[in-house]
Amino acid sequence: MLIFRHQDGTKVASPEQMQVWMQQTREWIAGIAAKDQFVGGNGLPFADARVVHHKAVVTNGPFGDIKETIGGYVIVKAASVDEAVEFAKGSPVLQGDGNTVEVRKIARRDGIH
Amino acid sequence: MIPHLFRTEFSKITAVLCKLFGAEHMDVAEDIASETFMQAYETWSYKGLPPNPVAWLYTVARNKAHNYLVRRKTFLQKVAPQVRRTAQEHDEEDIDLSEKNITDSQLQMLFAICHPSIPREAQIGLALRILCGFGIEEIANAFLTNKETINKRLFRAKEKLRQERIAIAFPGKSETDARLDTVLKTLYLLFSEGYYSESNDAVLRKDLCVEAMRLTYMLACNDDTDRPEVNALLALMCFHSSRFEARRNSMGELVLYAEQDENLWDRELIGKGMEYMGKAASGNVLSRYHIEAAIAYWHTQKNDTEEKWQQILSLYDLLLQREYSAVAALNRIYALSKVNGNRAAIEAAEELRLEGNHFYHTLMGELHKYLDNSKAIGYLERALQLAKTSADKQTIQKQLEELRRIPVK
Repeated sequence: MLIFRHQDGTKVASPEQMQVWMQQTREWIAGIAAKDQFVGGNGLPFADARVVHHKAVVTNGPFGDIKETIGGYVIVKAASVDEAVEFAKGSPVLQGDGNTVEVRKIARRDGIH
Repeated sequence: MIPHLFRTEFSKITAVLCKLFGAEHMDVAEDIASETFMQAYETWSYKGLPPNPVAWLYTVARNKAHNYLVRRKTFLQKVAPQVRRTAQEHDEEDIDLSEKNITDSQLQMLFAICHPSIPREAQIGLALRILCGFGIEEIANAFLTNKETINKRLFRAKEKLRQERIAIAFPGKSETDARLDTVLKTLYLLFSEGYYSESNDAVLRKDLCVEAMRLTYMLACNDDTDRPEVNALLALMCFHSSRFEARRNSMGELVLYAEQDENLWDRELIGKGMEYMGKAASGNVLSRYHIEAAIAYWHTQKNDTEEKWQQILSLYDLLLQREYSAVAALNRIYALSKVNGNRAAIEAAEELRLEGNHFYHTLMGELHKYLDNSKAIGYLERALQLAKTSADKQTIQKQLEELRRIPVK
């Protein structure tokens, strides 16, 4: 799983930039899908996000000290972590300074990830 | 996907919502539009485009606007029951994203933004943001300044809109003429910003010109604003932009008019310009745009005929009688040199008292060429000292090198 952390684009991006980002993301995903290694993905809107804390305290968020929050993820089929890292390197999210892509295995019942 | 779809639709949604919420809530309109496109980015990136992207955008924007109105209504009912009625005026059907309402809202916004109480630079900035969907950074690039400056400028302009209680509506019939004047001036400057911009970003420069033309075209398509001077401005823009590709070489350097490759001139735009010139000729109005469009028309005729320069000269005479500007005065001298020769032009130029202007020295250098090369070099060296932008310096430097290669007689 490739998890994207970046700023809330609503405040920083122009419509033109959003369109460019979208096209780049689609091309990047299409490249992975062309190798039959794309499983799925979702954008996680910043709008109306909530965090439920200990003792069920609910806050708007997660907009804390760090500006970069999870904005989306994709799941790929990769033979190794290194291969998934190579996919991650192509993500358009990384064009933004401070943005990251986190690479995580997904635990499965058969123990093969 | 259609290029600039987000930008175009952003401007439409923002205009409609501004009109609906009132000018004082312009920020809310911008935010809702912005969130709509963020949602499109978050969804379409992963799931692909919906069958009808524009309809999808309008549904999302409508929902967001509706939620905002409901929240505002609840707030007003709790906090200020006496103003309840205003909040109830809106219901969902009011969020009208039909083509007609989009155009009307954009035109009315144009008039609101170009209110005489708002400084010209801020008018252009607001127009780029609200009517053209540009981001703050893109506007800053166009003005060759930083984001903070633009943010401050837009903030003050919006405050002015609030203070003056400027309505987003067509001005009354009697007021339209005076207000249209300001609107045209702003569009003229928006176009010039693109055409003469020092920015190295060729795409951006062209976008500014295209947007200025689109807004002017909108005025020409509306019965109340389809005036001769509007068509004249549109003609002027068509003639000028026909040379857009020829004005810079592959290195991005300016190419002087006399050296431009005629094959790069856009014939279709020249044709369009003629069409609008025809429309502009109806009625008794002769605006400065008529005169400038006529001058621009003659520049689309490559051949240096006697008639061409005679016409341009008398048009500059006419323009200067209406409104003096140093640029027009110097351009007139150039036309004069083509009609009466360089010596006559030099004499006339010396009377202008424009020694502090680098265009004056560039022109004098040009006029002295072959008559007195050492004098010509002197003028160009002075021009080089006075020139402020790198593009101007480059052009002058080139001319200097060329002159220095000519052997002294």
